[in-house]
Amino acid sequence: MTNRILYAVVFILLMASYRKDARKTKTALKKAWKSFENILPQFLGVIILVGILLSVLNPQIIGAIIGGQSGLMGTVISAVIGAITLIPGFVAFPTAALLFENGAGLVQIAAFISSLMMVGVVTIPIESQFFGRKLTFWRNISAFIFSFVVAYIMGRVLGT
Amino acid sequence: MKNFSAKNPSMKTLLKRYRFFTITLVALGILTAIDQKLGIEAIGVVGFSFREMAMVIPPVFILLGLLDVWVPKETMVRYMGEDSGIKGIVLAFLLGSAAAGPLYGAFPIALILMKKGAKFSNILIFIGAWSTTKIPMFLFEMTALGSDFAITRLLINIPGIMIISHLLDKFIVTKEKNNIYENIKKMDY
Repeated sequence: MTNRILYAVVFILLMASYRKDARKTKTALKKAWKSFENILPQFLGVIILVGILLSVLNPQIIGAIIGGQSGLMGTVISAVIGAITLIPGFVAFPTAALLFENGAGLVQIAAFISSLMMVGVVTIPIESQFFGRKLTFWRNISAFIFSFVVAYIMGRVLGT
Repeated sequence: MKNFSAKNPSMKTLLKRYRFFTITLVALGILTAIDQKLGIEAIGVVGFSFREMAMVIPPVFILLGLLDVWVPKETMVRYMGEDSGIKGIVLAFLLGSAAAGPLYGAFPIALILMKKGAKFSNILIFIGAWSTTKIPMFLFEMTALGSDFAITRLLINIPGIMIISHLLDKFIVTKEKNNIYENIKKMDY
């Protein structure tokens, strides 16, 4: 759905741009291709890495480790799993809901969701191409720590 | 074979660029050899992510190209540059939150914003917003985990992103600015 909107918007912009200045539009497309080609090898590698990780870490395994009674250890494990996996949101939220219904703890789920969305260990090769290793490292570390802050506050606010 | 690649520098750079990809490919092969079922599952996930990537990537990069060609540097500096203040912060949040697609889609856009003179802390806010306060994802989170969960998380995230962006900008970016801008030049077309 969001994809369709994105495509429609880009198509309209592209047409408008072409009508206004065909040469500029051509330059824009050339730049688009060049920057894509630059990053393609990292993308391909990351995709395969994600495939391997997701096949090894299935929801049953994740659920068994991060139950409601798993405490700090479970929270750490959830945050680590969230950090290394790269699950699209429309898969992650229902999975999280399912885990939650099956006894996973709120704090653990919050840590998992938060680090899943903000930390990207497998995309570090891509990120550091853009921002350099140091900034990439610190951005991911601070986001990882922040996941615990989120989990803690959510446990305090929403926990029974 | 070795001779050939040594004589041909472009072949060598190609091999080097795709080294990480080759390693993961070999790892996938090893996994499949050890456990065929897991291997096939992994290949299925790879196919799925590949389709997702093929869907998201083309519009994002075309948008980038258009942005680069049409938005003059002065405009970006005015709205998101050093003196853009609150306006720049709000804009960075809105831009990131309105986005669709995985986080890796944000990096090339951040690069263009940087090139056009956006303030670095605003770029970090943009990345933070893209990663976790995306509006479509927020709606999805509400339906899956309940509005209490989603809203609480959002309310923690907004100040959190601002604090993290500020700290990274202060402690890392100021020291690393030259390196980061070197990177931009390297990625330049």
